[in-house]
Amino acid sequence: MAIKFEKKPGIVAYLTTGDPDLNTTRDIALAAIDNGADVIELGVPFSDPLADGPVIQRASERAVARGVRLTDVLVVAKQIREARPNAGLVLFSYLNPVVRIGIEPLCREAADAGIDGILLTDMIVEEADEYLEALRANQLAPIFLAAPTSPDRRLKAIAEASLATGKPGFVYAISRVGITGTQTQVADDAEDLVTRLRQFTKLPIAVGFGISNSIHVAAVGKFAEAAVIGSAIVSLIEKTPPEEAATVVGRFIYKLRDGAGPSQQSGIRAAYR
Amino acid sequence: MSVAAAITEEKTSPAQATAGRFGAYGGRYVPETLMAALEELEVAYAAAQADPAFHAELNGLLHTYAGRPTALYYAKRLSETLGGAKIYLKREDLLHTGAHKINNALGQGLLAKRMGKQRIIAETGAGQHGVATATVCALLGLDCVIYMGQEDMQRQEPNVYRMRLLGAEVRGVTGGSATLKDAINEAMRDWVTNVRSTYYVLGSALGSHPYPTMVRNFHRVISIEARQQILEAEGKLPDAIIACVGGGSNAIGAFYEFLPDTSVELIGVEAGGRGTGLGEHAARFQKIGGGTPGVLQGTYSYVLQNDAGQISSTHSVSAGLDYASVGPEHAMLHDSGRASYVSCSDDAALKAVVTLSRTEGIIPALESAHAVAEAIRIAPTRSQTDIIMVNLSGRGDKDMGILARELDLKGASDVS
Ligand SMILES: Cc1ncc(COP(=O)(O)O)c(C=O)c1O
Repeated sequence: MAIKFEKKPGIVAYLTTGDPDLNTTRDIALAAIDNGADVIELGVPFSDPLADGPVIQRASERAVARGVRLTDVLVVAKQIREARPNAGLVLFSYLNPVVRIGIEPLCREAADAGIDGILLTDMIVEEADEYLEALRANQLAPIFLAAPTSPDRRLKAIAEASLATGKPGFVYAISRVGITGTQTQVADDAEDLVTRLRQFTKLPIAVGFGISNSIHVAAVGKFAEAAVIGSAIVSLIEKTPPEEAATVVGRFIYKLRDGAGPSQQSGIRAAYR
Repeated sequence: MSVAAAITEEKTSPAQATAGRFGAYGGRYVPETLMAALEELEVAYAAAQADPAFHAELNGLLHTYAGRPTALYYAKRLSETLGGAKIYLKREDLLHTGAHKINNALGQGLLAKRMGKQRIIAETGAGQHGVATATVCALLGLDCVIYMGQEDMQRQEPNVYRMRLLGAEVRGVTGGSATLKDAINEAMRDWVTNVRSTYYVLGSALGSHPYPTMVRNFHRVISIEARQQILEAEGKLPDAIIACVGGGSNAIGAFYEFLPDTSVELIGVEAGGRGTGLGEHAARFQKIGGGTPGVLQGTYSYVLQNDAGQISSTHSVSAGLDYASVGPEHAMLHDSGRASYVSCSDDAALKAVVTLSRTEGIIPALESAHAVAEAIRIAPTRSQTDIIMVNLSGRGDKDMGILARELDLKGASDVS
């Protein structure tokens, strides 16, 4: 159990846990791993996902309405860990559900469930002392977001905080300004950001937000270790009957690397246009 | 101490490593994409604060455009009717656009202009902050987009028309309960997306640093004036100050200069809605069925939430108080006991609208009516030498639709 990207580019698959239900999320995660996902990000549904676009908002709303809780997400994590000992597992949450349980108890339970790292959407490095302490005590990797708007000074702090617990994960580079799931013209942002980040870290860099097909993945693979696919998967799940979701997502993940071979010419800029 | 000097003085405790803490509360909890913008804002605001030209321009507009200073009015008939303390009203309802919100909108509008931002966004609940922001954008020649919950657009319809007339684009928000919290979510999504070109005029003492401090400072003028006015009128400080608390901007503005005057009781009034159960009110400080510390929309404060950390829905007859969290400075004042927080039901607020209208000829906003209701409740228990000051944050024009329905003003019967 560790976060590593053996094939290039690595694939990080985001799932809103409990959409459509907890068992299906588990099955989808297993299928994603079997079809090449290196890391699963288990998203904790939250009532007010202000960094998310409509697709993940809807998924979150459905899961919250079903009563899915952070503790349920940990149960799913544990099941995935038991079934796939080598996969990377990241808990992905807004801060409030974590604060509600308590940062220290949550980190302990996350470690018990076999989680490798935690990403909190609205946790910035300046506020992270107590959080990093709890991660360190439980040998968990902190995954921080880095944004195209982050000046170098912040990227340096993010790089340092990412190593602060002694358990390495990756740095999550946001491909462009904006919320999850929307398309954009500003694709130069991603490569520029990754280049700037490299000055400060040797950790793998995963690029996410708006990455939705094999062409995007191939393009990201030219300058980063991994691509994060979120809304595209969540949207697919929304459109697929629950009993077929694992198969459909598995096939989708498998095909994401199709375009990643050397024959693929189109860069990320072309992909976005 | 001069006003400018007082405003520059910082009160954060040195023990706090991070910016914008009020005791344990406040801070910055936002997606990283916004951090550069918050840092830019912090620097620009500090520079503006230290610049006499900024204050001169703002004070000039507050005076000649918005109508400051606002009157401190002795509500004689109301006081005599209740037969207890003397009630004074700080008349923020007399300001241009009809509520205290213009104090902050002017301040942030000038700041945005100084920062070279041409595109302005804001959220609004009751529509008063949206109207104030749209007004300032018209005044300064800025582009304006206002996010407002669909539910609030319906219940505060006149303000929607005012914003559009002023040239703002009003974007209806349907997510969640389609009220203030959801409008803030959508405004934040816009800001994350357009952060390079856009200034977010947050409308209450909420959100991430520097907003709670900045918004409070733009409203401090309320208590700076009121303190002087009451001393002139009565030769002594008031015994109590009462203000309604949505996000907490009018209340913190009305309280702030009196914080060191420990003889002055500070009372915040939250929306008690239609019951004490979660979802029936917006009383974050209510003992049972109230809020617990958490993080919502960028700040650590009291939050109405369930035991899984999902934000609770809220209810209030007043859109401006209908919000699940509260400004972090109020959380600190609550915990320290320097201010106390009570709640007032929808019904009591509606009754207070009628009482104030018919004793004084002043129709308060439903939000402000919560503060009036608390004054009505406690005044009879106080001595006739006691002075209660109510911050009348806004006027009731926007509420005519609700009032006509709830108070049966359409002709048939009467309310008493
Ligand atoms: C007249 C009036 N009073 C009070 C409020 C509540 O806001 P705050 O608590 O920030 O003063 C509003 C908000 O819309 C309002 O319009």
